[in-house]
Amino acid sequence: MTGVERPPGADPLEQRQVALIDLLDRLLSGGVVLTGDVVLSIADIDLVRISLRALIVSVSARNPSPWETSTRPEDEP
Amino acid sequence: MTEPVTYAYAVLRDIEGLAAALDGVAGVVGAPVRLVRASPGNELAAAVSSVPAQDFQESALRRHLEDLDWLEAVARAHHTVIEALAAHTTVLPLRLATVYLDDRRVETMLGADAQQFSQAMRRLAGHLEWGVKIYVDRQPDVRVTGEAGAAATTEGLSPGRAYLRARRVQRHSRDESYRAARQAAEHVEAIGRDMAAGHARHQLQQGELATGAGENVVNDAYLLAHETAAEFRTRVLDAARGLPGVRIDVTGPWAPYSFASPFGAEGPAPDSAP
Repeated sequence: MTGVERPPGADPLEQRQVALIDLLDRLLSGGVVLTGDVVLSIADIDLVRISLRALIVSVSARNPSPWETSTRPEDEP
Repeated sequence: MTEPVTYAYAVLRDIEGLAAALDGVAGVVGAPVRLVRASPGNELAAAVSSVPAQDFQESALRRHLEDLDWLEAVARAHHTVIEALAAHTTVLPLRLATVYLDDRRVETMLGADAQQFSQAMRRLAGHLEWGVKIYVDRQPDVRVTGEAGAAATTEGLSPGRAYLRARRVQRHSRDESYRAARQAAEHVEAIGRDMAAGHARHQLQQGELATGAGENVVNDAYLLAHETAAEFRTRVLDAARGLPGVRIDVTGPWAPYSFASPFGAEGPAPDSAP
């Protein structure tokens, strides 16, 4: 599953290997949330994300932001 | 168990040639990708694949999502499909692992929320997402050996005092770096207010998957019109100039993952550390 081969620059979004963590940021916390038929509720997805974070984050609780960053999403216009 | 289920990638506006552009695109588990329309003649459609029910039913999915290799394969395939679509039309990417029993259920979903989808697509038309990450260089551990120790000793400091001094210097340099990073962050946000149509925050990147050098202190996404993207990128990268210990990484363009939700103004969910 390496994606489709295209000549570079053929598309505005040309194929490139993106960092998995950047992708997971978007696929697990972004995107339209619909209630599909296989009901992993939004809360479950959040649980997945949190348990994944637990898997890949060793020190998050002891390694807080250097300053108080608001984690609240900003209003979109 | 043998009936496949329908994995949905995105809601989109179908345009001529889009179905052909999906030819040869491999979706999750290598499955071909096709379009399901809201109703005949309606341009609202969803990109879907048929996937094995045994891998995507609730308990299996829950288990699979904990498996990083499986998750990565699905995430990359999902992304490949989104990119192929976004090269041609406005897409609303769906969250990973949105699964329906069959295509009919997808049609129903499209019909039920058609108005919100159309509104969101109008808002996002001609826009793409860019990621902005700011890093602070990690400070090396204090060791009163080597150069610093030698220098301190020649100045007649005891090892203890030399250590404390080195710690002080380190803390000072660390504070300076964070101050500089904060300055860069404020600058970037000002550029965003000036140029971007949307701004969302993601959780700071930490842990094994966080491969960027240094400590991630900002992990944001901005929504930019095509014609302003290049200037935005240049200005953002420039915001780290003259700030020692600060690095800015711009990723993208991305399909508008962080801005796709048509239901309210919600961006990525707020997070608390686990």
